Amino acid sequence: MSTTSVLTDIPARPLTLKRAVRSAKRQWLWFYTLLFAVLLYLPSVFILIFSFNSGIHIAFPLKDWTFDWYRQMAQDDALLDAALNSLKVATAASLCSTAIGTLGAFALVRYRWPGGQAITGLSMLPLLMPSIIMGIALLVLLRAAGLDNSLVAITFGHVVFCTPLALSIMMSRFVTLDRSLEEAAMDLGANEVRTFLKITLPLSSAAIFASIILCFTTSIDEFVIAFFLSGTDVTLPLYIWGQLRFPSHLPEILALGSCMLLGSLCLVFLSEALRRRGAKTQEG
Amino acid sequence: MPHLGRKIGRFLLLTPLGISSILTVSVSLALILVLSFQRTDQTALFTEFSWAAYQDNILHPLFWRVLARSLTISALVTIVTVVLAYPVAYVVSFRAGRYKHALLVIVSAPFFTSYLLRIFGWKIILGFNGVLNSALLGLGLIHEPLPFLVYNPAAVIIALSHAYLAFAILPIYVSLDRVERALLEAASDLGARPAKVFFKIVLPLSAPGVISAAVLIFVPTVGDYITPTLVGGPDGSMVANLIQSAFGKANDWPAGSALSMATILAVGVPLLIAFSIGHRRATAAS
Repeated sequence: MSTTSVLTDIPARPLTLKRAVRSAKRQWLWFYTLLFAVLLYLPSVFILIFSFNSGIHIAFPLKDWTFDWYRQMAQDDALLDAALNSLKVATAASLCSTAIGTLGAFALVRYRWPGGQAITGLSMLPLLMPSIIMGIALLVLLRAAGLDNSLVAITFGHVVFCTPLALSIMMSRFVTLDRSLEEAAMDLGANEVRTFLKITLPLSSAAIFASIILCFTTSIDEFVIAFFLSGTDVTLPLYIWGQLRFPSHLPEILALGSCMLLGSLCLVFLSEALRRRGAKTQEG
Repeated sequence: MPHLGRKIGRFLLLTPLGISSILTVSVSLALILVLSFQRTDQTALFTEFSWAAYQDNILHPLFWRVLARSLTISALVTIVTVVLAYPVAYVVSFRAGRYKHALLVIVSAPFFTSYLLRIFGWKIILGFNGVLNSALLGLGLIHEPLPFLVYNPAAVIIALSHAYLAFAILPIYVSLDRVERALLEAASDLGARPAKVFFKIVLPLSAPGVISAAVLIFVPTVGDYITPTLVGGPDGSMVANLIQSAFGKANDWPAGSALSMATILAVGVPLLIAFSIGHRRATAAS
């Protein structure tokens, strides 16, 4: 800039003032971000605090610290059953929807289809609808097919709900995947299936993991679809919903919530670590 | 004929997606459309053609009141969320440098925790014997708990906005990250002040992210069931509460289906208009 030579001759004061104003502006944005982060975590922090409070009432001042609610939680068979059901549903749903999404994304990205954009758009429909409507629509479908509510029905509902998530993650991966690697494999005599299994899938493993984790966390937290499709066996969110009505059961639910908070934070950090490793292997 | 075999193979890749997404969703939506035109019968799903579900529910002023409230609450939540999230997305994209991903993880981590408990957390904070009231009492600022903090539309707006903040940050951040940095340098080299650079270049170029964030928040919040049920009270109930009670307590499935169809129209028509305007602009620009 042409003005710098002039400015360097002037004593540093106006410049530092300008700098101070500018840095104050930057600080302001950072201060806002800090406040934002605190607000984000606020409800979770209160859940964590009150899960260690020995009093049954959720109000200040706190009484004694206690681990009783965690002990009570670990002995609650209904809760453990619900957690196990949720694990089963989320595992099955995340694997199925990631498989469906991976195959579909590959077909949509690599090959031309008449109305390909319409197919992609229609596949995203479950994300563009309030989930209560997905819930009742699937309930009516189930009844029309003469089937009853069950964990299998919930799993089916979650596959429908999670597939668009998997599809969008996998599509963006395949779009950026270097095609020349696949072409090289085919030039060397591998057929399409072998190329897909030996080249495309291994190169997309980070995205596949990301998709499984996202679908898993979505399914394990999903309430409304499960609410309409559940039979006698409930998933964890349904169990929590049932307990929220009883004030005496609340501290135990808060202990459960704190454990879930910890578990999902671990998953988030795991997926971030995987993303970093994926980014590194792509660079190197 | 290897060519035909290959075509069939490609088609098989797409089949599971076609079944799980397109076929299931379109068939089940068609079923609720048909069901909404059926006479109510507790023992059978499909009976005979009738307008009754629409006449009794959609023409009822209660539905319009609740629908208007739902749309207003969702619109406010969308605005609040996008406005609050934009500066954070800006910091992540423009200021965070090598801490970009760390900051993204920090702001999105709470959204992988239970939605139910996140909303319930606000009931703990705003409740009659809640954190806020007990803190204010303890500080001596008030002498009785404030009863108006929870069970009203404002509580629904606060809890929903909080719950959807990450949905706003991510798309805005993605579109901000795509803004060509050379454009900003060019503008400031030509003498534009930072504020002008922001309003003339950064903000317009990030509009697609803002719009997709708005859609991602507006659509699910109109039909949210958990939040109005937990913190809404009678004055904060939304369309999802009407739909749920038709399928639950009232056991009137045609009524619930008619309410759902009306909700789909109320949400879908503005969305389609927005999409077609966006599409026309995009094609006009190119």
